[in-house]
Amino acid sequence: MGAYILKRLISAVPVVLGITVIVFVIMSLIPGDPATAILGSYATPENVAKLNRDLGLDRSLPEQYFIWIGNMATGEFGRSYSLNRPVLDEVMERFGATLILAGTALVLCSVLGIVAGVISAARQYGLADKAITFAVLIGISIPSFFLGMMMILLFAVDLRWFPVSGMYLPYGGGDLQDLLWHLAMPAAALAVVATGVVARLSRSAMLEVLRLDFIRTARAKGVGERRVIWGHALRAAMVSIIPVIGVQAGFVLSGAVYIEIVFQWHGIGEMLVNAILKRDILLVQGGVVVVATCYVLFNLVVDVCQSLLDPRVKA
Amino acid sequence: MSAAAAPSSAGSRGPVGAFLRLFARNRLAAFGGIVLGLVLLLVLLAPVLPLADPYAQDKPNKFLLPFSAGHLLGTDHLGRDILSRLVWGTQTSLAVGVAAALISATIGSAIGIVAGFYGGRTDNLMMRAIDMLMAFPYILLALAIVAALGPGLVNALIAVAVVNIPFFARNIRGVTVGLAHREFVDAARLAGQSNLRIILTEILPNVLPVIVIAMSTTIGWMILETAGLSFLGLGAQPPAPDLGGMLGQGRNALITDPHAAAIPGLMIFIIVMSVNLIGDGVRDALDPRLRAGALMRPMARTQIDRRGEAPPAPAEPALLDLQELRTEFRLGARVLKALSGVTLSVKPGECLGIVGESGSGKSVAALSVMGLVASPPGVITGGAVRYEGEDLLGAPYERLRGLRGNRVAYIFQDPLATLHPLHRVGDQIVEAIRVHRRVPEAEARARALELLRAVRIPNAERRMGDYPHQLSGGMRQRVGIAMALVNDPDLIIADEPTTALDVTVQAQILALLADLRRERGVAILFITHDFGVVGQFCDRIAVMYAGRIVEEGPTAEVLGAPAHPYTRRLIACVPELGAGRRELAAIPGLPPAVDDLPDGCAFAPRCARATPECRRGEIALAPVTATRRLRCLHPEVELTREEQR
Repeated sequence: MGAYILKRLISAVPVVLGITVIVFVIMSLIPGDPATAILGSYATPENVAKLNRDLGLDRSLPEQYFIWIGNMATGEFGRSYSLNRPVLDEVMERFGATLILAGTALVLCSVLGIVAGVISAARQYGLADKAITFAVLIGISIPSFFLGMMMILLFAVDLRWFPVSGMYLPYGGGDLQDLLWHLAMPAAALAVVATGVVARLSRSAMLEVLRLDFIRTARAKGVGERRVIWGHALRAAMVSIIPVIGVQAGFVLSGAVYIEIVFQWHGIGEMLVNAILKRDILLVQGGVVVVATCYVLFNLVVDVCQSLLDPRVKA
Repeated sequence: MSAAAAPSSAGSRGPVGAFLRLFARNRLAAFGGIVLGLVLLLVLLAPVLPLADPYAQDKPNKFLLPFSAGHLLGTDHLGRDILSRLVWGTQTSLAVGVAAALISATIGSAIGIVAGFYGGRTDNLMMRAIDMLMAFPYILLALAIVAALGPGLVNALIAVAVVNIPFFARNIRGVTVGLAHREFVDAARLAGQSNLRIILTEILPNVLPVIVIAMSTTIGWMILETAGLSFLGLGAQPPAPDLGGMLGQGRNALITDPHAAAIPGLMIFIIVMSVNLIGDGVRDALDPRLRAGALMRPMARTQIDRRGEAPPAPAEPALLDLQELRTEFRLGARVLKALSGVTLSVKPGECLGIVGESGSGKSVAALSVMGLVASPPGVITGGAVRYEGEDLLGAPYERLRGLRGNRVAYIFQDPLATLHPLHRVGDQIVEAIRVHRRVPEAEARARALELLRAVRIPNAERRMGDYPHQLSGGMRQRVGIAMALVNDPDLIIADEPTTALDVTVQAQILALLADLRRERGVAILFITHDFGVVGQFCDRIAVMYAGRIVEEGPTAEVLGAPAHPYTRRLIACVPELGAGRRELAAIPGLPPAVDDLPDGCAFAPRCARATPECRRGEIALAPVTATRRLRCLHPEVELTREEQR
């Protein structure tokens, strides 16, 4: 197992390097002169030339790239001009908030999605199946940002169960209970679409498995139906459900951008959107590289889980 | 493949049942189509509809509620007419979403086709690049692109299109790889056609349906994505009307004037849902696997729909009695009668062999005993299954479950498919014990180990921790046998237990079963198509044809003097070692389709001895001697009670 993990870690290196190349290439497509953009009304020719020199923008593109990743490798992501603080500090702080939100949503969507999918498959064409299928259809069609807004209207404004926005109360608070109270609505809104997708795929994965011979064997042994479904069938179906959850992590992370805006959750999505609107390139670059790298590592973890789950896939 | 599965898989292709299921799904797709059609109509008619100017501001009348005079859906924060902006905004959102889908489908498919067609280094290089793009959570890539190009509707469109390219490239590459080495492509190559021409005339038409499916399932997503970017303020820029933008602006006054946000949000929802419904319909219609309705899960117990009363229990119940058992497969309007009245009995400690061709119903009979026929589509429609006289068809599920694997155990054909691939074999045996007996784990393990030794598995302790794929075919079947024996059952139903094994292993397994039977005195119902196996193993045999028993009797008598023409022909099919150059006689014709059984004897159309009487009325399975029963008017040998004396 250790060797397998090491092999996967090594294979992730070129992917992460590829990510930095893509980000760098996209960013170098920016028309006009970044220095001019940064300096705004202070963009006198002398200032622009000086800033270009300071930022290393007077060098060739490959040179710039290697300087950039060299700096990142030593933890030097540069300084955000719009926030006037180190990019890495800002990214880490924001990413932490996003992980709380997206992680909760991912757990929610996995658990609810699998449970819904399994029930749906076990009661195929029954009332529960129809109800779940209908709910899933609504869930995967509703824009999460719209759903979030409607939830605010209902649960925060009308019923006053949850706060409208934010991560903690502005004064006091800051404890876990406060965090969970603020987290409930955005995490739920974020989880809805992914839950629908996971439920759909779990249902069809279960239907595939339930037809197989070893399920008949389990029944022939006298294993009870609950155990046949949740033990035997789900265990086998997980092999095809786990990769789906890995893919959903990317969608949840993406959906978090909208949810952060709607609920004013100060995560990395909100940071990126603001950075783009203010053309704070270093902040965008840093944020994208950090998040994408974490996503690659997460998928690596999913692969390892997969190999633990399926003894037939040997490292 | 067992006979039980054969009719179900053949039957699920039945056109009517499949059509009905398709129809049920397509009603939703049609609903989606109508809704989307109405939206499209509204959008296309926008220029001629009497709509207000979507840009005309009227600040004193801002945030008018829906149904206000002159503003059917009210006004927004600048007093602009929401209805008008909604219609024009829908037009923008639809156009951008469709354009993004077309662009990414075109580019992605082109990449996929080229990579899949040329293969080798081209493929490797292109797919590595695609993998890199897929390593991003998609919105990061979209945000980076918008960051580079600047906010705006066209740039948002480009971002969404680029982000979805990998999806198309991967799917289409997969299909193209499968096509690139097919005969018709090779033929075109040999004919000297250029690669470009082969791609356009041979490959493209074949991948087009896949492209259509991929597009129909992602287009709703892309509409949502472009709306999302506009919502973030990175897509359409004000004052242009756009659904996402309207929602974003409406958010600022969400709490005081929710309608300005709710209306465009609902519109996005309606569009995306109708597109998703259509997409599901397209996929279902084009995906042959779904169309076959193959995704039906069998229930815990075969459905029972017994017409009339159960037959009265026999005066002297055996261990197992099947009485006039009828099982059918209902596939829409088609009904396959797998069993049309099977009567047999197994005494304690006895071994009864059921022999017949595939499709004769022997496996269905075996599975019907414990309600294990896949249902749907299987239904037991009549007769009785009696275990020590107790009618199991009328028994509650929990009673049946208590017998399964405990008093009546199964050994199935293919041990690789019938053992759980992800559970250790030891655990699977332990489970068989513990579902019936509350014994400590350690005790159950000891018992499992004992059984693994009894079925002569070497290194049994170590094998306990193995997964089925780590064992050989013969070892797996030994595990299956150990699992069946673990609760000391009274009856083992062995459904072609040696068919999937090679010949030497077959002989070992049969010898093992014979020994175990002698030692433990367990009764066996042995299903096979192989007379050779029956001869050395069974006390009595029953020959099945088209869902009925046609002849039954002690093994030696039936093999020595087969009375039914079918039995005789079937025995003649078996090659005999050392029997010299005997002619192997295949039986002319095919078994009848069980949804269209002829009157009278089902074998008559293939029988040389058939007369017109054979094709009329019901021919009974009548006792001809004290030990033999026969369903034939013109037996091969005259068997009378007198002869037995």
